[in-house]
Amino acid sequence: MGAGTPGLKPDRMITAAEPASILPLRLEDVGYAVGGKSLLSGISLRIEAGRRLMVMGANGAGKSLFLRLCHGLIDPTQGRRIWANGETRAETQAMVFQRPVLLRRSVAGNLEYPLALKGVSRAARRNAVSDTLERFGLGHMADRPARLLSGGEQQRLALARAWLMRPQVLFLDEPSSSLDPSATRAIETMIRHFSEDGITIVMSTHDLGQARRLGEDVVFLHRGGLMEHQRAVDFFAGPRTREARAFLAGDLLW
Amino acid sequence: MNHNRRIILAGVSAMALFAAMPVAAQDFIIVASTTSTENSGLFGHILPIFEAETGIEVRVVSQGTGQALETGRRGDADVVFVHARALEEEFVAEGYGVQRFDVMYNDFVLVGPGEDPAGLRNAADAVAAMTAIATTEAAFASRGDDSGTHVAEMALWANAGVDPSGSWYLSTGSGMGATLNTAVQVPAYVLTDRGTWLSFVNRGPLEIVFEGDPVLFNPYGIILVNPERHPHIKAEQGQVFIDWIVSEAGQAAIASFTVDGEQLFFPNVSGQ
Amino acid sequence: MMQIIGLSLRVTLTAVVIACVIGLPLGAVLALARFPGRGAVVVLSNALMGLPPVVAGLVVYLMLSRSGPLGSLSLLFTPGAMIIAQTLLILPIVISLTRSVLEDLWAEYHEQLRSLGASRLRAVPTLLWDGRVSLLTGVLAGFGRASAEVGAVLVVGGNIADHTRTMTTAITLETNRGNLGLAVALGIVLLTLTLMLNAAAWGAGQWARGRLG
Repeated sequence: MGAGTPGLKPDRMITAAEPASILPLRLEDVGYAVGGKSLLSGISLRIEAGRRLMVMGANGAGKSLFLRLCHGLIDPTQGRRIWANGETRAETQAMVFQRPVLLRRSVAGNLEYPLALKGVSRAARRNAVSDTLERFGLGHMADRPARLLSGGEQQRLALARAWLMRPQVLFLDEPSSSLDPSATRAIETMIRHFSEDGITIVMSTHDLGQARRLGEDVVFLHRGGLMEHQRAVDFFAGPRTREARAFLAGDLLW
Repeated sequence: MNHNRRIILAGVSAMALFAAMPVAAQDFIIVASTTSTENSGLFGHILPIFEAETGIEVRVVSQGTGQALETGRRGDADVVFVHARALEEEFVAEGYGVQRFDVMYNDFVLVGPGEDPAGLRNAADAVAAMTAIATTEAAFASRGDDSGTHVAEMALWANAGVDPSGSWYLSTGSGMGATLNTAVQVPAYVLTDRGTWLSFVNRGPLEIVFEGDPVLFNPYGIILVNPERHPHIKAEQGQVFIDWIVSEAGQAAIASFTVDGEQLFFPNVSGQ
Repeated sequence: MMQIIGLSLRVTLTAVVIACVIGLPLGAVLALARFPGRGAVVVLSNALMGLPPVVAGLVVYLMLSRSGPLGSLSLLFTPGAMIIAQTLLILPIVISLTRSVLEDLWAEYHEQLRSLGASRLRAVPTLLWDGRVSLLTGVLAGFGRASAEVGAVLVVGGNIADHTRTMTTAITLETNRGNLGLAVALGIVLLTLTLMLNAAAWGAGQWARGRLG
């Protein structure tokens, strides 16, 4: 995050040196195939810093795969993925999954874990964790086993854990698809706060209302290909492709 | 979580210490002997006397005679103390043992169901008894394990001109006690050493039906494993044990061992 | 009697600890690493779970015998030899179980752990810790196998009174003496010990499930 990022107090800083910006992320003619079957192909785009990008498309369009490929969980079998700082898998990014994977330990333990991975000292870990617990309203359940939280609480913890990673970009794969409306609203509020803190958001959703509420930009995928990449207002006002029009109209295209 | 890990770590180190703890690592020898001597309780009687006199601990590994001699052959015992004279002499002749000493004898008895279907109580001698079992095809349980008892049994069959086989002949392939337990259940005749029989609790319908023929005498020999074959053999302490057991003190200790007031083993240094 | 119980526990618990120290990391490697021949190793470790104790005992006997390759260690007919034989019996159980538990966990965790920045190597302790309740069950199965077996310890320990006589070899001895009552009594003591241990482990497992999900 840049030096001028709002909402960051110096005492929360864990590393002394600010890492160089990893954005924009460029994909150049990226494709991904498994066993000769092409799942993503010919995708070229730039993901700009500081924006909220919605990844849209029907089930099976390749949204999850696209996020995993950007995040670096899988590597393109064709084309190139280039971070602005030249790394192949940048460290200052995080991802929240559709179903949060929490470790079998306490809420606080789950937050401490990624910091321990990074070699953060015990004292610094403790401070960072207690700040995060307060910020995300998890303080009263710090010692509860993470696996026994409700779905909404689990996703909130997953977001808190992601935030603790100090990401420049946060990928979210359908983060509220299994949550009730009030938990969904809480998650959306948190995502806005992340965005206000300067964190770039790349999020897949099949919920049009959510995409309208949160989106600044939209990527529309169809059968593993990039159909549209434009500003959200323009996309919802008048999609350029037949597939996107049908998608917004609620038609099944397949 | 670190708290838990520390507890586990402490547990592991405690157990490691526990494992490393030495168990009375002083002067000891290993004697490979037979199940019959161990099961009868003889060693429990005489070894404390020996250990008190010499300070040498005797660790007895009780096996079948065949296995005990094999243990000696491999150099895993310092002394063998068994009862199968021909095999013992072979053991010494092959150079695995230094010299065989007579120690004691007990005798074999034929036990069987009280109603005695083959009429062994009327048999003239042991060979006649075995013949009676074979001709009436009364159930007979055999060790079948190359033990001294099994070797003695096979010699009796050979003298009777019988090649035992058929559904009446049960080869258990186990020790004396297990074979007796089998015989109790069938019920079957079985050849056993008197010592095991007297100390055997679970007798069921079995009783002694034939005894006393001199061919049933069962001599025990003791042999020091040859240190020229296996240099690590504790020859000195082993010889102390052998010297003691053939001495007056040792022989007296053997003679004083009784079960239910009956003497089981008869000192036999002179080797009759 | 107390000495026999103490020796039985000492031998078996030590064997369990050694088998865990070797088997947990090995099982983890099998779960997470991909290398040529991995399938063969997996099949082998699964098959060895059925290794007859007497065969394990015989192998250890032949190794430790004075005429064997490790004879100079003077371990035959000592508790050390019994620990080795039992370790051999438990190890395949620990390896196979660790592999299967960690494979399942890894399938669930690997994207999240990679996302958080954990390497495969760094994931191993995390997976072992998170799989602890299931792993404990397997370790107990190993303990059960070792504490119940008689074939291996009889062959390599020799059932020497006051030295290598364990619960199971004492039971065998008393059975052979036709002392079935005492044999059964010893069996009940053994069963009680095993029950207590399993109850403790079950309780710990329930507690962990309740506390840690």
